[in-house]
Amino acid sequence: MTPALRLDGVTKRFGDVVAVDDVTLDLFDGEFLALLGASGCGKSTTLRLFAGLEAATHGRVLLHGRDVSRESASSRNVALMFQSYALYPHMSVYQNIAMPLRMRSLSAPQRFPGARFISRPTRTALHEIDEKVRQVAAVLRLDTLLSRRPGQLSGGQQQRVALARALVREPSAFFLDEPLSNLDTQLKADTRDEIRALHARTGYPFLLVTHDQADALSMADRVAVMIAGRIAQIATPEEVFQRPQSRAVAEFIGLHRMNILDRGYAERLHPAGATLDLGIRPEDLTIGEAGPLAATVESLLYKGEETVVQLRDPDGFVFRSILRGGQPRPATGDHVRLSADISALHPFDEHGNRAELPQ
Amino acid sequence: MIRRLATDVFLAGPAALAVVLFIFLPVAVVFVLAFTDYLIGARSAEWVGLENFADLFGSRLGRNALINTLIYSAIVIPTSVILGLLVALGLHGIARRMPRVSAVLRTVYFLPVAATLVAMAVAWQMLMHPSLGLLNHWIAALGLTPQQWLTDRGLVLYSLAAIGVWQGVGYNMVLFLAGLSAISPTLYDAATIDGAEHGWSRFWCVTWPMLGPTTLFVVIVTAANAFRVFETVATMTDGGPAFASDTIVYALYREGFVYFKAGYASAITVVFFAALLLLTALQIALVERKVHYR
Repeated sequence: MTPALRLDGVTKRFGDVVAVDDVTLDLFDGEFLALLGASGCGKSTTLRLFAGLEAATHGRVLLHGRDVSRESASSRNVALMFQSYALYPHMSVYQNIAMPLRMRSLSAPQRFPGARFISRPTRTALHEIDEKVRQVAAVLRLDTLLSRRPGQLSGGQQQRVALARALVREPSAFFLDEPLSNLDTQLKADTRDEIRALHARTGYPFLLVTHDQADALSMADRVAVMIAGRIAQIATPEEVFQRPQSRAVAEFIGLHRMNILDRGYAERLHPAGATLDLGIRPEDLTIGEAGPLAATVESLLYKGEETVVQLRDPDGFVFRSILRGGQPRPATGDHVRLSADISALHPFDEHGNRAELPQ
Repeated sequence: MIRRLATDVFLAGPAALAVVLFIFLPVAVVFVLAFTDYLIGARSAEWVGLENFADLFGSRLGRNALINTLIYSAIVIPTSVILGLLVALGLHGIARRMPRVSAVLRTVYFLPVAATLVAMAVAWQMLMHPSLGLLNHWIAALGLTPQQWLTDRGLVLYSLAAIGVWQGVGYNMVLFLAGLSAISPTLYDAATIDGAEHGWSRFWCVTWPMLGPTTLFVVIVTAANAFRVFETVATMTDGGPAFASDTIVYALYREGFVYFKAGYASAITVVFFAALLLLTALQIALVERKVHYR
């Protein structure tokens, strides 16, 4: 299957800095792909390369198999929703939404104010634009706000305007740059659902760029984890979380940083630990009476649904463990034993790549 | 309570007193004098009502000064605003590729603002000298007729306007540069995605509307400066030849400090003050709401 958009061995340098390093990434029709990475990992640059806002230093950008590396952003007809929304403050909501259509279907003299009184094709084009704008506005519940300016709208309304402006063009791909980072928790959850529903309804290929793994894991069909300008792993959210392909991914994914026991030391937990580093997610590390590891409770961090327990073993190694809300909590200074299920261990070899535990 | 009051008075009092004493009081005096025929140094003055104003608007000389000022402003305001914008756009454009060149050019354009206009006027007088001036030298080299820049009655006002533009461009450029650097780059990204990819459409979609508040400020400041033109007139032409370059403020100076007609000079001041106030109020009322996008 030909992907809707493909970065083919793309490298982007800014001076001496390599922002994106030989990345090949496919965005298929109808899929929801999340590009997840810490800030400064090159994910925004990757998005800009896809969208045509940056030109690649090496490599090609393919749109439905056609090389568009040298083509402009608007000829790729991608939609991009910016983190700051980037609405035109001097235009009404209607004009903001109509903008991409006006730029595409009207020539410069046709965009001149009053052109519709002179030319019939202009009238026809404007009529079509008007229909599409009102349609999209109705879908996003903006019909009553069309004459307002962005400055008169709430954050959530501005976001819907930005969505409308992106959708009205019937794009070849839909890019979202950190769409949820400006929203409060409640609105965030609603917007997540809304974007999912939008994807299901429109069927456009969606590319979500985010630093927030909860957004990426909950919304996307596939997650591409980007570390230091390279794609470290690309897989379904379940696979990325349950079978991280490298130590770097394992440490990055997960709300709480994974405990990684260096080889040698890890032998206490499993014989394979003699030659492999073993990772255990804090939620898989059980505190109890019995277990292969001894540790002292150092601190407790109560967070409502869960409690983060920090422990230290006699050798000074620090562990984190998560207790669900109802579980009994130890007290600071308690001596406890730690254990983990073998199936919850993440083994990594000396290159940091995922290994298999010998049966 | 008393202590706080004392502190407040101590802090704000002297400045407030100075403002009242040196600004409000003289303005009030000027407003009163405008309706008298007071001469500087005279022991008494007659109340003459609106006669001074009738003189200003009715006499050939008064109208001449008003019209000259309007012509001068009509040239200087649009030209120096547009040139300032063009220079700022150019310097902003090359700032990323050639930061050094951009910085040097910025300084060069700003020099006329930093320099004393009276000193610069002397330099301009040399440049515009009919026989020794560089300007006529070049014009002759191009095969055109040398001009009497400052002594030709039909030309002198335009020569002064050119100097006014030269001086205004640098200041306007700096203001526009500040305005340009405040425009969010994502707005340009959005415009690119939406299809405004090239200079002209980007300018209309993003740059020009976003510069709205800056432009309003620049126009007001430039207008106020143009109406106040004085130094170049005083140092280069004395309003001549034959009042061809007489302007309001120069007339004010001449009537007040050469002929000592304080009453008449006050009337000119009042008119000038009212005109400037009206202009500013009008611009703000009309345009302020349209440029801040709320």
